Amino acid sequence: MHRVANLPGGSTQLFVGLHLIHEVTSPQAFAALKDKGLQVKCPEQTVATVDHIVPTINQKRPFPDPLAEEMISTLEKNCKTYGIKMHGIGSGNQGIVHVIAPELGLTQPGMTVACGDSHTSTHGAFGAIAFGIGTSQVRDVLASQSLAINKLKVRRIWLDGQLNAGVYAKDLILHVIRTLGVKGGVGYAYEFAGPGATSLSMEERMTICNMAIEGGARCGYFNPDEVTFEYLEGRIHSPYGEAWNRAVNWWESLRSDPKAHFDDEVRFDMSKINPTITWGITPGQGISIDEPLPSPSLLQCSDRLIAEEAYLYMGLKPGTKIAGVPIDVCFIGSCTNGRISDLQAAAEIAKNRQVAKGVKAFVVPGSEHVAQAAKDQGLDILFRKAGFEWREPGCSMCLAMNADRLEGDQISASSSNRNFKGRQGSAKGRTLLMSPAMVAAAAVTGKVTDVRTLLKTNS
Amino acid sequence: MVLQNSNFPIGVVNQVIGRSFALKGDDIDTDRIIPARFLKCVSFESLGKSVFADDRIQLNGLHPFDLPQNQGSKILIVNENFGCGSSREHAPQALMRWGIRAIIGQSFAEIFYGNCLALGIPCATSSISTIQEIQESVTMKYEQIYNLDLQKESLISPAGNWRIKLEQGPREMLLNGSWDVTSQLISKNKELQNAKLNIPYLNNFNIDAKPKERSY
Repeated sequence: MHRVANLPGGSTQLFVGLHLIHEVTSPQAFAALKDKGLQVKCPEQTVATVDHIVPTINQKRPFPDPLAEEMISTLEKNCKTYGIKMHGIGSGNQGIVHVIAPELGLTQPGMTVACGDSHTSTHGAFGAIAFGIGTSQVRDVLASQSLAINKLKVRRIWLDGQLNAGVYAKDLILHVIRTLGVKGGVGYAYEFAGPGATSLSMEERMTICNMAIEGGARCGYFNPDEVTFEYLEGRIHSPYGEAWNRAVNWWESLRSDPKAHFDDEVRFDMSKINPTITWGITPGQGISIDEPLPSPSLLQCSDRLIAEEAYLYMGLKPGTKIAGVPIDVCFIGSCTNGRISDLQAAAEIAKNRQVAKGVKAFVVPGSEHVAQAAKDQGLDILFRKAGFEWREPGCSMCLAMNADRLEGDQISASSSNRNFKGRQGSAKGRTLLMSPAMVAAAAVTGKVTDVRTLLKTNS
Repeated sequence: MVLQNSNFPIGVVNQVIGRSFALKGDDIDTDRIIPARFLKCVSFESLGKSVFADDRIQLNGLHPFDLPQNQGSKILIVNENFGCGSSREHAPQALMRWGIRAIIGQSFAEIFYGNCLALGIPCATSSISTIQEIQESVTMKYEQIYNLDLQKESLISPAGNWRIKLEQGPREMLLNGSWDVTSQLISKNKELQNAKLNIPYLNNFNIDAKPKERSY
């Protein structure tokens, strides 16, 4: 129903229901629009916020970094010129674009969502089809409210069982990517289904869809269900009154036919998954907490070279265990794990404990709403008491476009989504991806630690 | 060194002719192609000099993008899953502004591939053995001129010829010059307005629209 036309070359022109923009990938798109003398086609379908470059300690304007200030003011100017709603700092709604759109009820089942950011796949948690796009495509969506998209194959990822205590959605998706590989999803959309999938909360589903892109998939999604509807009801942009009932009827009709044919199917038993951490330089180089690091000679040829490169970069040794590796910096936040349930899981570990000596640990809520909810629950005080820094919302050290970054070859325990070389702001910096609770466990022990041992002490 | 590149792709792209060099390695991500700190800009203009900035610092002049014999080359030969990670168009923009006009590899990450197509930069593929042969050839005979011929789906040179593949749709778009889709998308205004009438969430959910197939 979103199909506008068939295009030469075999792609389909799709209407984009929700276009999200931010300060990093939009300025050149607006400039191109102006160059070509084009207007924004449907300004009411585009929503802006600022997240990538915002400082997280002091957000007073002008920002101390003149380039960051130029980017935010360019976005403000563009939004004003073209009549686009912007959720700026202090509006109460600002935050990471993939955190705010769901919490404001902007993301809904059956929508087509596009944003100049690869983690747009997050919105698939609602049963939306959500694509990360480049700046040329941002320009195209602004100018035409549509996108040229090729048909995708669908791989159903069938989830059985339940996650055990101390194992989180992050562990599940790291396990899936580790198993299927970082290019295993190329050409596919990932559909997450099965009894395990329906048992997951919306925030867990967002974490999983968020990282579908790290598995090479163009997008990931869950079928909308009661959990989805319950999350959406009463949110600012959710339908209400009679329209709510009509919406739910429509959303229910969107679920995949149980007899539908899938291009591929894989199964996972969630109860067999342990806390999972990356040890290398791609999100597919994951390992469960109690396994020894793999020997490159035992890996498939195609994985061997990148494994050797990873060992060289990370300074780790095959055959050793990841548990016990000393940590310098602990980062809790990002569009993967910067939501209130992530902060709660981390707080459960931080409570009545202290950040280990020599470790820098900080919490960056995903949005102003998340920050407020955390304050209402006393989590900011809890974290501060434990020795964590409590920061303002933004993308922060996930990609280190602001002042939050690793120094030298520091090693971080990070709840973010990418462990690429140099990702966290230092060309030699090293990143271990893990769940927020595992990050908190690393913070209080000073080393990679199985969070389940701390949870046991808690009870 | 950065080429003077005002001659960005425009219109029909049926061949890319120039010298060529290899950048080896699987899973080379867009953070490596252009580190995030260079994304702090409101224009792509100055990105060419920062391509692979951190990798180049580490290799201290020995990175393929720094080697004197590679300066002015147009065709980059890579391995598997090139351009994975972030959707930043800054990555192909940086490559293009350095001077790259075509990339040949075993495979490409999808968003990166689409971003290249939107700039008129063909991403062609071939088997691992062919890619390794080409990489060896361009390294040994860096002074040769190679011709990526999109019509013939071949890389042609005095050093040898190799079959390469282009996806059918993108190949057609490059060959007929329709890869810059903005004007096509805008031209479908009537169709767009019609589509909007049938989308429930744009019409207060007053439409009984049941999807017949799993197709958006």
